[in-house]
Amino acid sequence: MEVTITINGSDHAGDVEPRTLLVDHIRRTVGLTGTHIGCDTTSCGACTVLMDGKPVKSCTVLAAQADGSAVTTVEGLKTAEGLHPIQSAFTDDHGLQCGFCTPGMMLVGASLIAENPDPSDDEVRWAISGNLCRCTGYINIVKAIRTAAARAAESSGGS
Amino acid sequence: MFPSRFDLVVAQSVGEAVEAKADVGEGGRFLAGGQSLIPMMKMRVAFPETLIDINRIAGLDAVERSNGHLHVGALVRHADVAASDAAFGAIAAAAPWVADPLVRNRGTMCGSVAHCDPEGDWNSVLLATGAAVIAQSPGGQRAIPIAEFVQGAFTSALAEDELVTGLRIPVPSGRFGGSYLKLERKIGDYATVAVASHLELDDSGAIAAAGLALTSVNPVNTKVVDAEAVLVGQQPSPEVFAEAAELAAAAAEPRDDVRGTAAWKRQVVRTYAKRGLAAAAQQAEGS
Repeated sequence: MEVTITINGSDHAGDVEPRTLLVDHIRRTVGLTGTHIGCDTTSCGACTVLMDGKPVKSCTVLAAQADGSAVTTVEGLKTAEGLHPIQSAFTDDHGLQCGFCTPGMMLVGASLIAENPDPSDDEVRWAISGNLCRCTGYINIVKAIRTAAARAAESSGGS
Repeated sequence: MFPSRFDLVVAQSVGEAVEAKADVGEGGRFLAGGQSLIPMMKMRVAFPETLIDINRIAGLDAVERSNGHLHVGALVRHADVAASDAAFGAIAAAAPWVADPLVRNRGTMCGSVAHCDPEGDWNSVLLATGAAVIAQSPGGQRAIPIAEFVQGAFTSALAEDELVTGLRIPVPSGRFGGSYLKLERKIGDYATVAVASHLELDDSGAIAAAGLALTSVNPVNTKVVDAEAVLVGQQPSPEVFAEAAELAAAAAEPRDDVRGTAAWKRQVVRTYAKRGLAAAAQQAEGS
């Protein structure tokens, strides 16, 4: 069936088989491989994308269900001005080791900060509880998301 | 992994959805959040010939109170329930513990109810609070009491041509409270044990109505009717909650598995029933 999905601000129209999963559409058809396939069973969150602003597991959404939606992948975080605060904070705070979970972690972090500009450690941990990291022990991921929140607040002139 | 081939019907109205289902019969499945169905299809445990996507149907996404009831439409996601001021008691308590935050953004409360996974959270909550499942077929609409709706593991009272369009949950008129205590190994896992509690108090502070239901310790979500019966008419007290908790533990038939031994799970039921009822009473007394 014909679908049009706005991915990182650009419209991608095409014919998809109904059984095509959103993650496969993004990776294979659109060619954006920053969205990872980890467990493929709705557990790990490596395939996280923002669908109309909300983080979802794209291995468990049909591409056809995203027809008409705005999807943000990790490639969509950076802007013309440079890296998104979440990206620079993950770099500075060592929020990753192997990097496999990182796109999902950053998208969840960005979505959290958009809703809650000053999250506590517990709120960050709760937000990322659907995303697994097997390297870091999460400490620096939580730290990076809070750093990003603080920097975003600073740059927007907030407290 | 990907599902086996299927035809996709994107329904624009409830009428269109149920007509499509009637046309395709048992080879058809409705798709809402898809957070259980799509994984089942990917693992080829489910292989519908036709999926009828109801996500585009307008008017099914409201969670609101009217006429003494909480109404939850078929497209209300778990996250919507968690964020809603209209949710109450055990429902509000359970919503943040369903699956994980990302699954809650997609999965629907009605979809979970209809799926009847015996380890699912919502059916225990609704068995405790009371609810009617609104089912629509080409022939009309009916309201199915939750205790009749839940028939067994992955088995509901829905007819082949019926779609769950919503839930209708009574909001008690007096003082009430509820809780949902869930033990899970990690976020997103099924409950090892969970207990839903619901209490309504009369003007004297005595228990006017009680609901107690168990998750993951029986072949299906279980309403502990005899425990509810001993609570009604009593003043809330640790002693009466302990008596109800004993009956809950006796009603549980847990099995030894990777999540723990049967004896330990039964002890968790006993403890959670006591704590859950006490929390419900405290909430009711403060309401």
